[in-house]
Amino acid sequence: MLKTFSIGGVHPQENKLSAHQSIIKAAIPPQVAILLSQHIGAPAKPLVAKGDTVKVGMKIAELGGFVSAAIHSSVSGKVLKIDNVIDASGYPKPAIIINVEGDEWEETIDRSDTLVKECKFSSEEIIKKLTDCGIVGMGGACFPTQVKLCPPPAFKAQCVIINGVECEPYLTADHQLMLEHAEEIMVGVSILMKAAKVNKAFIAIENNKPDAIELLKKTASSYPGIEVVPLKMKYPQGGEKQLIDAVTDRQVASGALPISVGVIVQNVGTTFAVYQAIQKNKPLFERVITITGNSLAKPSNLLARIGTPLRQLVDACGGLPDDTGKVISGGPMMGKALINLDVPMTKGSSGLLIMNEEEAKRGEIHPCIRCAKCVDACSMGLEPYLLAQLAAHGEFERMEKERIMDCIECGCCQFTCPSNRPILDYCRLGKNKVGAMIRARKAKK
Amino acid sequence: MENKLFVSLSPHVHSEDTVKRNMHGVLIALIPAFFVSLVVFGIGALIVMVTSVVSCLFFEWAIGKYIMKSKTTTIGDCSAIITGVLLAFNLPSNLPIWIIILGALFAIGVAKMPFGGLGCNPVNPALAGRVFLLISFPVQMTSWPVVGQITSYADATTAATPLAIMKGVINGTSGVSLNQLPSAWNLFIGTNAGSIGEISAAALLLGLIFMLWKKIITWHIPVSILATVFVFTGIMHLVNPVEYARPLIQLLSGGLMLGAIFMATDYVTSPMNKKGMLIYGFFIGVLTVVIRLFGSYPEGMSFAILIMNCFTPLINIYCKPKRFGEVAKKK
Repeated sequence: MLKTFSIGGVHPQENKLSAHQSIIKAAIPPQVAILLSQHIGAPAKPLVAKGDTVKVGMKIAELGGFVSAAIHSSVSGKVLKIDNVIDASGYPKPAIIINVEGDEWEETIDRSDTLVKECKFSSEEIIKKLTDCGIVGMGGACFPTQVKLCPPPAFKAQCVIINGVECEPYLTADHQLMLEHAEEIMVGVSILMKAAKVNKAFIAIENNKPDAIELLKKTASSYPGIEVVPLKMKYPQGGEKQLIDAVTDRQVASGALPISVGVIVQNVGTTFAVYQAIQKNKPLFERVITITGNSLAKPSNLLARIGTPLRQLVDACGGLPDDTGKVISGGPMMGKALINLDVPMTKGSSGLLIMNEEEAKRGEIHPCIRCAKCVDACSMGLEPYLLAQLAAHGEFERMEKERIMDCIECGCCQFTCPSNRPILDYCRLGKNKVGAMIRARKAKK
Repeated sequence: MENKLFVSLSPHVHSEDTVKRNMHGVLIALIPAFFVSLVVFGIGALIVMVTSVVSCLFFEWAIGKYIMKSKTTTIGDCSAIITGVLLAFNLPSNLPIWIIILGALFAIGVAKMPFGGLGCNPVNPALAGRVFLLISFPVQMTSWPVVGQITSYADATTAATPLAIMKGVINGTSGVSLNQLPSAWNLFIGTNAGSIGEISAAALLLGLIFMLWKKIITWHIPVSILATVFVFTGIMHLVNPVEYARPLIQLLSGGLMLGAIFMATDYVTSPMNKKGMLIYGFFIGVLTVVIRLFGSYPEGMSFAILIMNCFTPLINIYCKPKRFGEVAKKK
């Protein structure tokens, strides 16, 4: 029996259209817009000004706080301006806009493909280097990696879990990365183990990727302490708490951090970036992104520079289809619908999904028939029907008691609802309001 | 097309499950029992069924249109058809048409629509209709035609149900003993007097298997009811085998199967989580047996379900699903 998480979950159609498409380098755009806030925490502080010349891999913004990440230029050229651009949330956010001239890299970056196995740095040096290279969680949440590796003194890490689950339908970037860079990922895992001072790591992969499981198992045999764990397919297995439950049988308590059960979770994309940062001196300025959709001519996995306008990536895959109804940054379960294609790529862009008009429609809403399917589907053991009802009636105090803040917004409730009710919309409203209430209460004290 | 991109919050995909699909599933699950009723009761079953379904649909449509003044009708969701079928299943096959129509009016017009229609009714509409008729027309509601002897709808010969025999034994009626009960096999395939949909346990169980397979319902409610009844009546049988029938006979008699599989599992009026469902099922079982063995009515299933329907909101408040991370799992 394969392992999986214990509460709730759903089985959306996989639709991995771009599976086994080799990673192709996307063309460098004439202009990039590099957002200053691509991570959770304080936005980065720009180090360059209008007119400055930059090289590929040059640090152009430094940490804006403890939970923050450095930003590096993904191109060489001249800084045009620092201005607001619309990001995936639909709101204008500050970004460094650079006009591209040539492709000149920093000399410190090792651009060769040779595998460097031996890591000569100490734990502290690794963490410092990751901070310098602006490494963040590349699964979508973009939590700064160095913060995860420095837990509060009260906790001690026991193992690292590498998230190669990719449970979102359509997305294949991580899968392809594992197939093409298995060795580098293993070295990356060893580096993370060294940084976290643990001697055990699990690489979790869902059983819909048997080739990746086999390859990584084979590769892992020559790396001590690394174990590949095949998991039974179920969404949202890639959720941090769900993944820890699936792999270690430990459940992170409400409001607690994964480190409270001795676990540090990192995505495979992040692990690859860690390898490049430590062994190749290469900061995080490019990543693999899946461009996909049923109407798209060529669903692909592209290696693209951060800041590239998404329009250009879609053009590289055959252009935006005429029947496009919705464009989603990320996967269909948790991704954000974009208002246009000028949004620049960020460190967290794992995919771009183009839905046709038919797929983009939301179904007609019917009355709740109290079938309890949302309760069965909820991966946090909440009662989505009740939370939605309470949010609709503005009973936010009661929502807090019903543990709305535990909601991970995985969308299983709304996915499974036979009445097509916008359950998660209401839950998000409630989460927002309750979050504000909690902050206000803390401010008073 | 790019300047009219659709923007909404995630999730952007849906399971494509619909209310209709679930309702159709329940209707398909009811087919075997309906088929048995046609074979056993003939044209009478068909007349009761058609009258009940048509009047339920009519009342839902008419109340929606003329009293609630809603622009769209809700009869398309098939829930009124299910109410109609379940009401018919709970009626004898020779019930006068006007009584059936009254039952449908009560089910839809009193138990369902005044609360806001589908999803808002506190108790099961079909059962409310049935109990209304049982109290208002006790004679007609408990006169069952003799199986195999009926040729016409208006047949006047009536037979005693297994439950009536059991009640007679408990009440000490002379000339009645448990030996007169039909065999478990006869009860299982359905050759005894009773309401049109309740007689064949086999057909109802087939429906249960279908609904479990299609994930329309979960096992919790039916199994907890049946297990409770089996254990409770089993204990009573061991205590006094002369007065109390065997638990298997109890399980297969009356409306127990129909109620446990199709009535108690009604989405709207049953609890919203597994723990709650088990408690709900347990108390339905207990109440049913209490009424059957110690009450004045031979059958307690309808009352038990209606009573527990009323407790469902309370169960939902006190029974919460197992929260993630609440009980730290053992390593």
